[in-house]
Amino acid sequence: MTYIAKPKFHHPGLKKNSLGYTHRDYEGKISTLCAGCGHDSITASIIEACYELSIEPHRVAKISGIGCSSKTPDYFLGNSHGFNSVHGRMPSVLTGANLANRDLIYLGVSGDGDSASIGFGQFAHSIRRGVNMTYIVENNGVYGLTKGQFSATADRGSKSKKGVTNTDNAIDLVAMALQLGATFVARSFSGDKSQLVPLIAAAIGHKGASFIDVISPCIAFNNHAGSTKSFDYVREHNDAVNRLDVLVGRDPIAVDYAPGTVQVVEQHDGSKIALRKIDADYDPHDRLGAQTFLARHAAKGQIVTGLLYVDPDAEDLHEHLNTVETPLNALEADTLCPGSAVLDKINASLR
Amino acid sequence: MSDKKPISSVNDFVVRFANVNGSGSASANEMFARAILRHGVPVSPRNIFPSNIQGLPTWYEVRVTEAGHLGARGGVDMMVAMNPQTWDKDVAGIEPGGYLFYDSTKPMPSTKFRDDITVIGVPLTAITNSTYTDPRQRQLFKNIIYLGALSALLDMDPKLIEQLIGEQYKGKEKLLSSNVHALHLGRDWALQNLKCPIGLRVKKSDKVGDRIFIEGNSAAALGAVYGGATVCAWYPITPSSSVAEAFTAHCKKYRHDPETGKAKYAIVQGEDELASIGIVIGASWNGARAFTATSGPGISLMTEFIGLSYFAEIPAVIMNIQRAGPSTGMPTRTQQCDIIACAYASHGDTKHVLLFPEDPAEAFEFAAAAFDLAERLQTTIFLMLDLDIGMNHRLCRPLKWDDARQYDRGKVMTAEMLEEGRDFGRYLDVDGDGIPYRTYPGTHPTKGSYFTRGTSRDRYARYSEEGTVYADNMQRLVRKFETAQDLVPRPLQSNAERPTKYGVIYFGSTSPAMDEAIGLLEARGHQLDRLRIRAFPFHSSVASFLAEHDFVYVVEQNRDSQLRQLIVNENGIDPVRLVPIVHYDGTPITARFIAKAIGDHQDHLKVTPLRKAVS
Repeated sequence: MTYIAKPKFHHPGLKKNSLGYTHRDYEGKISTLCAGCGHDSITASIIEACYELSIEPHRVAKISGIGCSSKTPDYFLGNSHGFNSVHGRMPSVLTGANLANRDLIYLGVSGDGDSASIGFGQFAHSIRRGVNMTYIVENNGVYGLTKGQFSATADRGSKSKKGVTNTDNAIDLVAMALQLGATFVARSFSGDKSQLVPLIAAAIGHKGASFIDVISPCIAFNNHAGSTKSFDYVREHNDAVNRLDVLVGRDPIAVDYAPGTVQVVEQHDGSKIALRKIDADYDPHDRLGAQTFLARHAAKGQIVTGLLYVDPDAEDLHEHLNTVETPLNALEADTLCPGSAVLDKINASLR
Repeated sequence: MSDKKPISSVNDFVVRFANVNGSGSASANEMFARAILRHGVPVSPRNIFPSNIQGLPTWYEVRVTEAGHLGARGGVDMMVAMNPQTWDKDVAGIEPGGYLFYDSTKPMPSTKFRDDITVIGVPLTAITNSTYTDPRQRQLFKNIIYLGALSALLDMDPKLIEQLIGEQYKGKEKLLSSNVHALHLGRDWALQNLKCPIGLRVKKSDKVGDRIFIEGNSAAALGAVYGGATVCAWYPITPSSSVAEAFTAHCKKYRHDPETGKAKYAIVQGEDELASIGIVIGASWNGARAFTATSGPGISLMTEFIGLSYFAEIPAVIMNIQRAGPSTGMPTRTQQCDIIACAYASHGDTKHVLLFPEDPAEAFEFAAAAFDLAERLQTTIFLMLDLDIGMNHRLCRPLKWDDARQYDRGKVMTAEMLEEGRDFGRYLDVDGDGIPYRTYPGTHPTKGSYFTRGTSRDRYARYSEEGTVYADNMQRLVRKFETAQDLVPRPLQSNAERPTKYGVIYFGSTSPAMDEAIGLLEARGHQLDRLRIRAFPFHSSVASFLAEHDFVYVVEQNRDSQLRQLIVNENGIDPVRLVPIVHYDGTPITARFIAKAIGDHQDHLKVTPLRKAVS
């Protein structure tokens, strides 16, 4: 069977969000990934975040490249348009889509091969342009669909399932995103939904280039001893700097936090992020500090997770280009075409 | 004194300026061409320039042609030799009886000249240096001074040049008067010291009419503005960069909201051609009209995406301003060498629509039409220009636009149609033309969404690796391509005065040279019917034309006779009947070349019967 239909019926008592949608309305087709794949947990987290935010599913455009991770947009938001494009080229396709209609929410889903190897350039340039998007890399350090080759995020010294040691240096996409000017940068772990769901929700609420690197172990090819992207390894080395709650239309103060432990960030869309500090000294508004912190901890073999940097007042590409509020795809000849009278003048100037 | 009688010609000669790149000569040379136009005499100018910014040789050739032959002619009647580096070659290139104009400030040994040409020395540097002190001014005004001297030598009306200067420096009085002053410095020196006019003369005429003078790239960019393009993504590459730059300039003038000042367009300079076409595909997928402009190497990089556009059926407009390849080839020389590369771009079975404008007017029309075609056919449309059309000013009919024209957005299923319960299958052919309906993302909360992919899928966009499902889709794409035949610009046929079994097929920038060559061939007694192909897929009239003629010459500007290959391949024609006439040295094809190549072949065909020969 090449197409798996998912039954639509659901329990009548399922909880509904403020739009009246249930969790099921945010689901997609049945996943064809391996049982236990970290990517399926990310899919579930995206569904959860969109449900929590009461997003109209069809107002999301989900765009991906090629690879296991890039297949996942078929498995969530079944009422959204999806685009499984070209290997490593999700960022450019998403940029174009975003330029055409600034009113949709853009979810870019990619993998470590897709973004750190073949698409490293497009990853970099979409971020430096400040495209308003949520860019999620489902990072497992291997090529799954082609059966276990190292990707560019595999740590030096880590071992493949076949016992080969990786001698190339790893690319840290979070460090890159910070350097390239992403205005929302986070890292999480597919095995930690409570951290991941609010991070995705906060990234969607952010206006500008949001980047989330999600370590997502490959159950088939990269979950063994010697791997630095296995469930066990990530759990042991996870160093969360904060945990957060995203609050839509609620007063964050009403949530019970111990004084001095919470930092509230108001987002462009009116939502608020309540950051519960774990590392008391960590300041998510300090780009340089974040870069240093990350480098220091990486040297110790720790995987820093949490909301690492956010600039709530960021500008996006549309602001840089000063485009009209109306989506460009809604403009017709009456506003786009200068008409024959203007053309006559142009002709006259060319004689 | 010359050994040969000096050439004497009114309104029919070629002047070539040999300059150093970056010396500011371009604007003076262009003014020379425009000034002749203002005399009512058609001109056809061409830039011949190196892939370099400053210091290397560059030429500007102006063909003055009352008869209106806008192709390159070949040969030089007057050389304005301003570049010592290329002196020997420049002097050698002058037609016997021609003229050499040079800066005589420094004496030149007589061995540096020729006996069979008229040598005209003007001490340009001396005049400039005695008038100006600033080095940059010296350089720029030297160009205007030679323009002034030429105006006297060629009997041009200085008032018309002053008028042009006035238009160019409108509101900049100081620049205006200093340019007029420089013009007269040169003109007066020539009138006082030389025999004016020479044998080459410009005489007022009325052969320009209402035609305009524009570069193909600028016209194509204007076509994109009129055609409703809102997203442009590009990566700089010669000779296409001026398309995006012109689009930017046109948009700044005509596409800002008068109240808010906001832009009704988005232009992104991509990090490479992959990103450029990716942005175009993304924007088109999302319902905007988007395009990119590039040249051969860019096309090579874009091919994976072009296959996606074909298979996932996403509109895209690619303007390919062709230059000589392969590889980096000759970046600043013209060719029509990407026909095969574009017609079959990408892996797997693919075919794409190509449009072949002959001049800027058609570049404008076809550019605007490309967006309608892309959305109607939901595929990539190539606008195939070349450096000769794109980067040279060409005299052409005025641009026209019908204000009643609406954009053809193609088959788009709206929320209302979905509400009515229309069956939406993204790859479902509902009326036999091979074109399915699409929906824009975000159209309806529960209906009409689908997952776009480059992998195979069924008529309802559901993933499938079934062989029959795949083949069904591929066959529909063939039907769609057949539909395209009747939507693209048709070939234009013009027949010889007498019925003939010989025909000629040509396209694009070869057009003016071909028109002129027909006259030359007729003078040699050769009658040829002509078919100018304006698009691929080929209309059925191409096959008819081939059937009606014993031999058909296919004239093109590439080594491998690529259009001929395409015709043979697509029409199943016996290749022997299609005679390749190819010109591919990077210079624009000329009437002389075509007439000789076809004429010689025609002479060979007229075999004298053996018996008659021996008797």
